[in-house]
Amino acid sequence: MSYESHADLGGQSGHGRVLPEREGELFHAAWEPKALALTLAAGATGSWNIDMGRSARETLPDYAKLSYYALWIKGLEKLLALRGLADAEEIAAGRMLKSPKPVTRVLAAADVPRVLAAGSPTVRAAMSPARFSVGDPVRTLSGDVPHHTRLPRYARGKIGRIDRVHGAHVFADTNAQGLGEQPRWLYTVVFDAAELWGAQATAGSSVSIDAWEPYLEAVATSSPSLRDTSQER
Amino acid sequence: MAHADNPDEMDLRVRALQTLLTQKGYIDPAALDVLVDSYQTRIGPRNGARVVARSWVDGTFRNRLLSDATAAIASLGYTGRQGEHMIAVENTADCHNMVVCTLCSCYPWPVLGLPPTWYKSAPYRARAVKDPRGVLADFGVTLPDSTQIRLWDSTAEVRYLVVPRRPPRTEALSEEELSALVTRDSMIGTGLALTP
Repeated sequence: MSYESHADLGGQSGHGRVLPEREGELFHAAWEPKALALTLAAGATGSWNIDMGRSARETLPDYAKLSYYALWIKGLEKLLALRGLADAEEIAAGRMLKSPKPVTRVLAAADVPRVLAAGSPTVRAAMSPARFSVGDPVRTLSGDVPHHTRLPRYARGKIGRIDRVHGAHVFADTNAQGLGEQPRWLYTVVFDAAELWGAQATAGSSVSIDAWEPYLEAVATSSPSLRDTSQER
Repeated sequence: MAHADNPDEMDLRVRALQTLLTQKGYIDPAALDVLVDSYQTRIGPRNGARVVARSWVDGTFRNRLLSDATAAIASLGYTGRQGEHMIAVENTADCHNMVVCTLCSCYPWPVLGLPPTWYKSAPYRARAVKDPRGVLADFGVTLPDSTQIRLWDSTAEVRYLVVPRRPPRTEALSEEELSALVTRDSMIGTGLALTP
C-alpha cells in the first residue's frame, strides 16, 4: 500500500521567499469565503473528521499547484464522493441528480456561534500512564508511513527531548483511517536545529513538534550515539 | 507562486457545490453567511492582541496564560474551533518564539482568526523550521545573534500563541492602547510589537 502526502513541506528548498501581507487581507477572490463556509458547514454534518479532511487534501495529486481554498474545495468534493453524499456527475452538473443520503447534523445559522465557540476538543481519558516525562530523550520513528501521519519527514529518525506532556489526545493516524480515536499520549518534543539540519542549521535555534507516543522510542540517557543519527537515514 | 486554479472556474465550481449541497439538504445556506461574518468581523487577531495586552499589564493573568493558556484565554471570552488546546509562549531577550504548521496550516483561530496566505504557503512552511532568520528577514525583522530562536511546528491539535515583548516606554499606555501595538505577525513570531 502506498500513501503519498504532498503537504509535508518542512525543510524543503526552492520555494522562494515569504511574501508578507497586511493584517486585514483575508481573502483574494469572492469565491474564497464561500469555500471556507461550505467546507465548515459540510464538515459539521459529521460525515468525516478533521484528520480525514486533512488526509483528503494532502493526497490530492495537484496539491502543489492549488491555492489554499482550492485545496479545500477539491478536498471537499473528494470527501463527498467517498461518503456517497454527492457523486462526480452531480458535482459536475451543480445540481442534485440522486436522492440525498441522511447526515447526522445540519448546521443551522442560529447555531453557528455556539458551535464555533465549542470547537472539538481532542483530549481524552488516558488508557495507560504516560511512558515519557519532561526531559526524557526520545528518538522519533524513521522511514515511510503508509497512511496519514503527523510526524513530519524532517523530524523522522531524530533524537530530541520531551518538553511538554499534553495528556492523551485523539490519535490522528488512526482517526484519519476510520480506525477510531485510539487516544495516545501527546508530547511536545524539541530538537536542536543541528540534529535536524546538520551543518545547515541556524546556530542557537531549536524546533519542536507535537508527537503522539507511538511516534517515539526511548533513548538511554547514557547512549553514546545521542547526537549521531547520521548513519541511520 | 503559480496556481493552476482559475478564479472564474473556481467561482463557478463553488457556486455549483453550494447549490448541490443546499438541494441535498446537507447545509443551511444562511449558516454560510454567519460563518463568513464570524471570521470577518468577530474572530480575528484583535482578540489575541487583547490577550497579550492583558498579560503585559496583569502579572496574575500573565502567569495563568503561561501555565494554562486555554483557561486564561477563555476568561476573556475566546474559545473553540482550532483553539481547543492553547499554549502561550513568551518572547524574551534570550528567546524568540515562532509558530508554523509544516504539514498543513494549523493556526489558533479564536485568537488570530483565519491564517494569512503566507502562513499557508509553501515558502513559509518549508523554510521557517530550517532558516528562521531568513524568514524573519523577509518580514524585515533582525534579531541579535545571541537570541535563541524556537520554532513550534503545530503538528497536532495544540495551538500556539506567541506573546511578543512589551515595547519600551509604554508604561503610561492603557491596556487598549497597548493592544493596538500587538500585530498579528507579532503573535505568530514573524514580527515584533509596534513601538508607539
